[in-house]
Amino acid sequence: MYSDQTYELTVLPGTTRDGEKEGFDRIVIRPGDTLSIVGPTGSGKSAFINDIEVLAQEDTVTGRSILVNGEEPPEDLVRDPAKKPIALITQNTRVIADLTVARFLTLHLQARETGSESLIANTITLANEFTGEKIAGPMRMTGLSGGQTRSLLIADAILIGQTPILLLDEVENAGINKERVISCLREYKKAVIFVTHDPYIALISDRRIVMKNGAVTAVLEPDGSECDIIGTVSGMDAFLWDLREKIRSGELVSNPEKTQAAPKKTGITA
Amino acid sequence: MRLVIVAGPPSAGKTAVIRQIIRKFVKTDTPAYLKIDVVKAFEDEELREEFGIPTRKVYSGDLCPDHMGIMVLRDAITWAEGIGAGMLIIESAGLCLRCTPYTTQAFGIAVLPAVSGSNAPLKMAPLIALADAAVVTKTDLISQAEKEVFRECIRSVVPKIDIIETNAVQGTGLRYLLQAISRYPGISDAETIALRGTPPLGVCTICIGKKEIGWQHHFGVIRPLEEADNLYRGD
Repeated sequence: MYSDQTYELTVLPGTTRDGEKEGFDRIVIRPGDTLSIVGPTGSGKSAFINDIEVLAQEDTVTGRSILVNGEEPPEDLVRDPAKKPIALITQNTRVIADLTVARFLTLHLQARETGSESLIANTITLANEFTGEKIAGPMRMTGLSGGQTRSLLIADAILIGQTPILLLDEVENAGINKERVISCLREYKKAVIFVTHDPYIALISDRRIVMKNGAVTAVLEPDGSECDIIGTVSGMDAFLWDLREKIRSGELVSNPEKTQAAPKKTGITA
Repeated sequence: MRLVIVAGPPSAGKTAVIRQIIRKFVKTDTPAYLKIDVVKAFEDEELREEFGIPTRKVYSGDLCPDHMGIMVLRDAITWAEGIGAGMLIIESAGLCLRCTPYTTQAFGIAVLPAVSGSNAPLKMAPLIALADAAVVTKTDLISQAEKEVFRECIRSVVPKIDIIETNAVQGTGLRYLLQAISRYPGISDAETIALRGTPPLGVCTICIGKKEIGWQHHFGVIRPLEEADNLYRGD
């Protein structure tokens, strides 16, 4: 339902924890952009995407404000989930709602007003592409594992939220298939902001926002010189994923031929 | 003088919301604060110390705290007007959640924590139904999708209610609440202030000390187990 309208977000700077102005004038996020936010733990990465999710107007601890299409967003865009163009998947993988998966998705579909009930089955199917053990509609939300919850919420954001902008806090955590998630986000042409400690995700993003002491210190735009390293990291990553899957399925991985690292996959490049 | 009545279950974040209200209006509206509680309360001392505003508390003891609130509200308005307050904020104890302590000529706020479960809005129906705004607190503890689902749960009780989601400790998102309070008219005639709903405050035989169990031993307000379970909204 957002397809015929484009959204451009502008982040205006706030202050560091010491009250000094942040190191940028404005960060503009356009449709299809991918950005990653990097920095030590506690540097304010999650706070940055939270500011975007609540469309802050100098009313959060960081003092940032977020413009939509160059202007302060109108009230309904901020408050009505059916009009909000943003979905945030937090690090938190706990759900408190005492509901079945199907009921949870039904209520969210009602809030977002994005389509028919058939989206619910599709969302569960998509979530099962990201997670190991399968999720089913009659399961309780509170009974899902961290990885299952994360997978379901990503699928929910893509198919039920249908928002043009997605914020993902440490998608690499919780053991889900991040490469499948990333390719899926590209299929749906989302603008995506990753908070990440994962070199591969950071490298394939169009821009890297670097954070320290609660504030943005730099916005890097790779000039192509990182292309080679992306190929190498992609190979390592594929190797590690393969290894992880073998260990998870209970295999012994002592065979050197099978466990040799090689940049066999080109991966998904930016 | 403007009157603001805040209700919600224990530990919902009522005081955190009130703290943000005071922070906003402390210079312009000289707010005063009254806490109604059952056994013990500290909020009045904390807020007085933090903002230097006049505060009071009253304990209801063996009386229902909302009953107590209704009893003392007229005196509280006289007290606040007498000391020149431009705003009186009343914080309820938040116990059995059947009551609608909101009155006419007052802005009513229901505070609900986002972590209280999907059925909580139904259980607190009277508390939400007659409020001007439902403030959902602790939204930083749940995912955005769950926040939106919780919102739908509230709307299933009161479809048109103004819902404000916040991390009240930080004050995120409260600008819409503060604007709504600013727009709300002050008391026009304190003599005519009345409860918005009918609270379940009828004195029953248990209230006056009869200890026998079972409705057969009581008279007046009695309930057998087999009773049509209508959703009580306080109206």
